[in-house]
Parts: sequence; C-alpha cells; structure tokens
Amino acid sequence: MLNQYETVFIVTPVLSEAQMKEAVEKFKTLIEENGGEIVHLDHWGLRKLAYPIQKKSTGFYNLIEFKAPGDFIEKLETEYRRDERIIRFLTFKMEKYAVEYSIKRRKQLQEKQAEKKED
Amino acid sequence: MAQNQSEIRYLTPPTVEIKKKKYCRFRKNRIKYVDYKDPEFLKKFLNEQGKILPRRLTGTSLKFQRKVSTAVKRARHLALLPYVTDMLK
Repeated sequence: MLNQYETVFIVTPVLSEAQMKEAVEKFKTLIEENGGEIVHLDHWGLRKLAYPIQKKSTGFYNLIEFKAPGDFIEKLETEYRRDERIIRFLTFKMEKYAVEYSIKRRKQLQEKQAEKKED
Repeated sequence: MAQNQSEIRYLTPPTVEIKKKKYCRFRKNRIKYVDYKDPEFLKKFLNEQGKILPRRLTGTSLKFQRKVSTAVKRARHLALLPYVTDMLK
C-alpha cells in the first residue's frame, strides 16, 4: 500500500529560473522512478525567509504531494542532503484530514484561476 | 452637600469584569486540519517573541493545541515563521 506524503523543499536563490526547474524535475523523476505517484506539484516561487539559512535570505519554495512506499522516504531525504541546491526540506506523511484539506484547497485555487481567466 | 456624603460617588463607574467564556476556535469553526503553510493564521497562537501561547490564554482544546504546536514547528523549520524574534506583531 502506498502512503501519501507531502514534501516541501527550498532551493537556493542563486540559481536561475531554468536551473531551479531542473532541480524540481530531478526530484519529480526520482519519485516516479521509485514506484511513486505524483498527486500535486506546486511552486510558491521566490519567498523571503523568516531567518537566514546558509547566509541566504530568500529561496524558491516547492511543494510536491505524492504517493509512495514507506522505504522510499529515506532515499529521497539522502538525495536532498546530497544536493547542494537544496537548502532546507521537510517531508511528512499526510493524515486523512490533511488529504481532505489539500483537495479542498486545490479546488479553491482552481476556481480562483478560472475566475481570473473569465475576467 | 449632606446628601453627597452619604453615598459613594465614582467619576467613572467601576467596571466589574465579566468573564467571557473562552472557546476553541477549531471546534467552533469545524476546522479539522491546522495548516502550517499559513503563517498569518499561526501568528494568532504566538506571542511577540514568537513563542507558542499556552492553552489557558487562547482557549484552544488540547487536541488542537497539539496540532497547532506541530504546525508552528513545521513552519519554523521551513523559515515561514522565525524561531526567535522581537515585535512579531
């Protein structure tokens, strides 16, 4: 059985937009290659950090929601640690309310985007 | 004059504190999941130094206080909220 996980990672702001996309793509394929399944991908863009991390005050936030077997998480996290472009990451298993909430939130976002397009 | 001396008069009427019943905002609004991605909302549970406020002040139920505390800690790890600060609000 696959568990549903949510992972957020911060990519260094030194990279260009294309390089950042490449880093995201790398983790996306890593998940898919290891029997995972991507549920949702979200780029929050460049955000200010609340405190400096590795002497940087901004970072690209990326969120991936995915389903994967439990032993994959360890692999993913070692990959995060090896990658110099990642300055911070967080992975956790989603409880049922979290799944409900994220589905609801996505719907709201989609509706908002649809409204914007209509305008 | 004699009349005034018999009764005590206040310039401002003394306020007798009426205790407002505290309630858990999650129970009331039927929120089941505390989102760590929303730092503005989580700031309601922090004091000016960025410390988590106790349950006795916010009125949150124990179940949700635990959820709030993990959400705040996740937000801190991802630099959405500061660990230590001054004048947060």
